[in-house]
Amino acid sequence: MTNDGNSVRFDRRTLLKAGAALGALPLAAPFVQVARAADTIKIGVDNPLTGTYAALGKNEATGMAMAVDEINAKGGILGRKVELAIEDSTSGDAGVAVQKARKLIDRDQVSFIIGNINSALAQAIANVANEKGVIHVVPGGHTDSITGQNCHWNVFRVCNTTQTEANAVAGSVIKSAGKKWYYLTPDYAFGHTLQAGMEAAAAKLGGTKVGADLTPLGTTDFSSYLIKAQAANPDAIIILQQGDDGVNVLKQAVQFGLDKKFHLAGAQLELEVLLGLPPEARVGTWVFECYWNQPNVPGLKEFVAETRKRSGGHVPTARTWFGYASIHTCALAAAQANSLDAVKMAKALQGFKLPPEIALMPDGAYYRAGQNQLIPNLYVGHPQAQGKDDPEDLFVVDQVVKGDDVSPTLEETMCKQDWPA
Amino acid sequence: MTFDVKKQTPNIIVWVILLTLPLWIEHAGSYIQLGTQVVVMALGAMALNFLLGYTGVLSFGHAAYFGLGAYGAGLTLRYLAPSTGSAVVVGVIAGMVAAAVIGPLIVRLRGVYFAMVTIAFGQVFYFVAFRWNAVTGGDDGLTNWKRQPLHFGPVTFDIQSNATNFYFFVLAIFALAVAVMAFLLRSPFGRTLIAIRENERRTRFMGINVNLHIWLSWMISCTFMALAGTLYALLNNFVDPRALFWTQSGTFVIICVMGGMRSFWGPLVGAAIFVWLQDYLSSLTPNWQSFVGLVFVAVVLFFPRGVLGILRRRALE
Amino acid sequence: MTQLLLLAVINGLIVGAFYALMAIGLSLIMSLSDVINFAHGGFLAVGAYLAYSMAPYLGFWGGLIVAPILTALLGLLVERFLISRVYGRDPLYSLLLTFGLAFIFEDVTRYIWGAQSLPYQVPGWLMAPLSLDLFFLTGYRVFMIALIVLVVGALFWVMTRTRLGLRIRAGTLDLETVSVLGVNVRVLRNLNFGIGIFLAGLAGVLAAGQLGLTPTIGSSLIMQSFVAIIIGGLGSLTGTLLGGLLIGLAMNVTAVFLPSATEAVIYVMMALVLLVRPQGLLGEEGRF
Repeated sequence: MTNDGNSVRFDRRTLLKAGAALGALPLAAPFVQVARAADTIKIGVDNPLTGTYAALGKNEATGMAMAVDEINAKGGILGRKVELAIEDSTSGDAGVAVQKARKLIDRDQVSFIIGNINSALAQAIANVANEKGVIHVVPGGHTDSITGQNCHWNVFRVCNTTQTEANAVAGSVIKSAGKKWYYLTPDYAFGHTLQAGMEAAAAKLGGTKVGADLTPLGTTDFSSYLIKAQAANPDAIIILQQGDDGVNVLKQAVQFGLDKKFHLAGAQLELEVLLGLPPEARVGTWVFECYWNQPNVPGLKEFVAETRKRSGGHVPTARTWFGYASIHTCALAAAQANSLDAVKMAKALQGFKLPPEIALMPDGAYYRAGQNQLIPNLYVGHPQAQGKDDPEDLFVVDQVVKGDDVSPTLEETMCKQDWPA
Repeated sequence: MTFDVKKQTPNIIVWVILLTLPLWIEHAGSYIQLGTQVVVMALGAMALNFLLGYTGVLSFGHAAYFGLGAYGAGLTLRYLAPSTGSAVVVGVIAGMVAAAVIGPLIVRLRGVYFAMVTIAFGQVFYFVAFRWNAVTGGDDGLTNWKRQPLHFGPVTFDIQSNATNFYFFVLAIFALAVAVMAFLLRSPFGRTLIAIRENERRTRFMGINVNLHIWLSWMISCTFMALAGTLYALLNNFVDPRALFWTQSGTFVIICVMGGMRSFWGPLVGAAIFVWLQDYLSSLTPNWQSFVGLVFVAVVLFFPRGVLGILRRRALE
Repeated sequence: MTQLLLLAVINGLIVGAFYALMAIGLSLIMSLSDVINFAHGGFLAVGAYLAYSMAPYLGFWGGLIVAPILTALLGLLVERFLISRVYGRDPLYSLLLTFGLAFIFEDVTRYIWGAQSLPYQVPGWLMAPLSLDLFFLTGYRVFMIALIVLVVGALFWVMTRTRLGLRIRAGTLDLETVSVLGVNVRVLRNLNFGIGIFLAGLAGVLAAGQLGLTPTIGSSLIMQSFVAIIIGGLGSLTGTLLGGLLIGLAMNVTAVFLPSATEAVIYVMMALVLLVRPQGLLGEEGRF
């Protein structure tokens, strides 16, 4: 059953020609890039486009593109046009993320680097950016150490720390469910710090841990963990999984009827997860970091309308805003410092308050000095099975929390910045 | 021994290109780290090809030894000693020991079955790295360490912050490893391996202990794979469990096939094409996976002999 | 503790039955064609997404029947035009081919249906647990087990009682002789591949009822299937079934006592089996 030689050789030759034609393209490409580099400012994006976090990455990319268009419409950064250089970091391969970061900084000469959704990758990129002295904005990797123990002078973060999220939600869970908690925790940096944060926050309010299980990222079958959780007879099962894992664990917990026996709750929940769940599994008590359907927030309506235009009618998620705010942070830093010098820009951002049309929060948002962590509002509430006026209105905000009230103090974060002499 | 220019031409070309790489790589629109990565992946692929191309045994689980080398190096620098040299040594020994232990379990198997079992064994190491948070850092990878400058008595060779120096460091190790592999393949031992590849039964009838030879070849292959892994860890100053995942093994196999399994330098050519292609495509389109997949399909259906295989054939014609 | 253990055992068998469904499909293809189908997980995802897309028109039940059939048809095409071209060559090539196809499948499903996880709904009356004590025994899971038993039973019937089945089994043992006896091996392998992919498609629809529907839904399940085949013994469908049940059991029991070894335990089991009985628990001696 082998192919006869002639037809194979014909195919091969055709393919070789096609390959040669394709090969000519990249040879031309670098020169084009060099020509453009002089008059534009590049922002490197090292974020997932494939794998588990692809959906989140796509939403962040939508927000980034929106911000770039807005900045360019107003004359760019320091009079120069802005351009994104986008690389796929993959969802979990830090080797790739590091390599792409070096490529963006060394070859593409970007002035800023953005990334990553995966906390581990964000930390890895931060180390490269620090080594090279480039401003790095983390849009959505939550683990504490990025603006805590391993913080750097050049690394800024838009999304909240896990401790902040835990502090915001712990009181509500204890009030509505009770004090005995069982944790289902994803087994990576984000999950570890989120669980630690929840435990610390619960302990202050008299809550106790009756058990915990670490589930590896990418777990599909949660039944064995759910059986253990119910055997421990807690008041609440605290579900800390995100993304696809979060969808799987919630879907299975509700199918097992656990939402009727215990309270299901957690810390961070994202609209992307709710959209992936069947209506009956949209339950619990959670924190949202940004919600599109909020009254009295200046600029939010326009932001929602513009996102719908760009994403085929979908509303913005917290991710869209993370991406949007990250890019604006870069432009604002340069404008504030009136320079592209990284140290000057980083200094200019210390304590910097985002303008309201970018912050999109009732109480605004600012970068805390000495830690480079954005302090915004948080939204504690519960999901609803079906949106009333909009199919994507799946969350009911019960309480808007001020970031200042729930953020750990600067001492508690253990951040010691390493400014260059 | 006379110097046969015609026979040495490929070697001369390869070494001239590799030695001058830092001079031209940036003008070719690329960057030095990518060049270093090509050399590292090439070393791994050549190590795999020792088993795949020269012994005819299909392993689809070599990433495990690549990863063991990487973790061995990373853990040494993180916990034991701030010395790049000992990191490399520990990584290589880790890979070699694991291969020596697993070898006897699998040398009786052949073909698809061998491939499947090597994958499955590789996964054990993957899960150890993935779940043993306290030591390996788990899914987040092993961080907070850096490759260290090399000290030769009073002279210090800075491979830590100087990317070009590090490239030459990697290239020197590559040269050494490649020389050892070439020597082994030319020895009677190497000839026996090729005999096994060509006709296992006949080789067995000649009274040669085939399983022992496959085991040795497997061990040599895995040891050099671990060496490549240590260099990979040093390149990124980072290791994570993805380095051990089975899809990584597939990457090494396709590199061998793409470049030409029957040629000594084939895997190097394959590594250059694959690393560059993946880097280029993934900047170009979020659908790069499809293109990489298409490359796999095209290689299998149209270029099963690889680039060097085709060139050699053309030269013969 | 004993109660917890009992629950883990029952749950393990349920999970294991699902692994077995996937592994049997893989095993069929591997036995007759010597091809490890890395794209099996990709076919699984295609089956799940097809059922999702058809749900508004055909409902859950229509999708459950039609989606696996369409997936099987896709499988027949892929076999006919791609995989059949590497038969008889070094197994290396079939490995790389299906490996590449797996990349393409994942990316194309993401391109068509998006990366956002999609909600796939099963009929409400299947959702509730059957009893309070065995709360994890939902109507859906019982239905899933019943269906797997039915399908695997039907497969065994086909394999032992029909001409096609006899030919496939004979071909597994000695393809050359079967070919000499006048059986069209090409068609035989094609149909056999189709049956394997049908099972993958079915597994996909069933998985979508429990999991979020994403392009990577199948990729995380393929390794368990490999291990099930190795433990059970290649060439023996009963062995594969047993292997699937065993690993489901092992994973769930380990999750109770030593959670961090949940994933690794099946590989340790596999190593033990290889040491004691290299051909697998029910595999035939001398096949490899």
